[in-house]
Amino acid sequence: MADAKAERGSQAARPLSPHLQIYKMPVNMLMSIVHRITGAALYFGTVLVACVLVAAASGPDAYATVTGLLGTWLGQLVLFGYTWALLHHLAGGIRHFIWDTGRGYKLETVDLLSWGTLAFSAITTVLIWLYVLFVAGGSAP
Amino acid sequence: MSMRTPLKEVRRLGSAKEGADHFWTQRTTGAANLVLSIFAIWLAVSLIGADHATVKATIAQPIIALPLLLFVTSAAIHMRLGMQVIIEDYVHGEAAKIVLLMLNSFFAIAVAAASALSILKLSFGG
Ligand code: HEM
Repeated sequence: MADAKAERGSQAARPLSPHLQIYKMPVNMLMSIVHRITGAALYFGTVLVACVLVAAASGPDAYATVTGLLGTWLGQLVLFGYTWALLHHLAGGIRHFIWDTGRGYKLETVDLLSWGTLAFSAITTVLIWLYVLFVAGGSAP
Repeated sequence: MSMRTPLKEVRRLGSAKEGADHFWTQRTTGAANLVLSIFAIWLAVSLIGADHATVKATIAQPIIALPLLLFVTSAAIHMRLGMQVIIEDYVHGEAAKIVLLMLNSFFAIAVAAASALSILKLSFGG
């Protein structure tokens, strides 16, 4: 922000950070928010689990209806999102357990754990869905 | 001047002494969910494309029904506590907070009960 000084005449150029346009959110902060968002998503996602179980208990017709809905592209998208949310929240939970022991608070370790949860959830979700789509033959569950 | 003692003024305004219990139940159910979620994902994937009779027969086995029951129960307790914290963090109106906390409990218990009843019906119902 070198030209700030010129524009403001006699005023000294002061540092302008944190600034909305140049602020970079630390990855651990983002992952902390994502842990909460995935937790909330899973909260409503348990309705899906309940729906499948209730449908299965109700009989073949209800089960076919629910699995049919989940088999549409929208249903598959929701299930894909649920898989990622669960695996990401699971990894975030392990990270919390590590922190609960009083370990892993060095800044590099915090960053590593944060990127680690993301890498873990991305890789496992993709692997599971490659299996679902190409080996098990689509339409989970 | 108020005749109330200072103690009377502050009663019910402080911690309810349940914080540690909340924390530990959140961790315990989290640890249970760690194992049970992996089981649930495995079960869902292994039942892809299966017909209704197969699904019913699979869930009717105690070795499947038991962990599935534990999963829906543990998840419900865990998510109720988790959502309670979210509500307490963002909702500051006293009435709205109390109503949402009640709805939160109703939701968690209803989801768990519907799931558990279904698993039991698949296990025992003809
Ligand atoms: C169906 C599965 C699950 C649901 C519905 C669920 C839901 C939630 C919710 C709503 C929260 C509150 C988020 C917040 O306060 O920011 C939460 C927090 C938490 N979850 Fe889960 N969760 C699930 C699985 C798991 C698993 C598998 C683990 C462990 C590996 C886990 C560990 C945790 C921990 C440690 C917290 C507390 C985080 C904190 O103190 O900020 N959860 N969960």
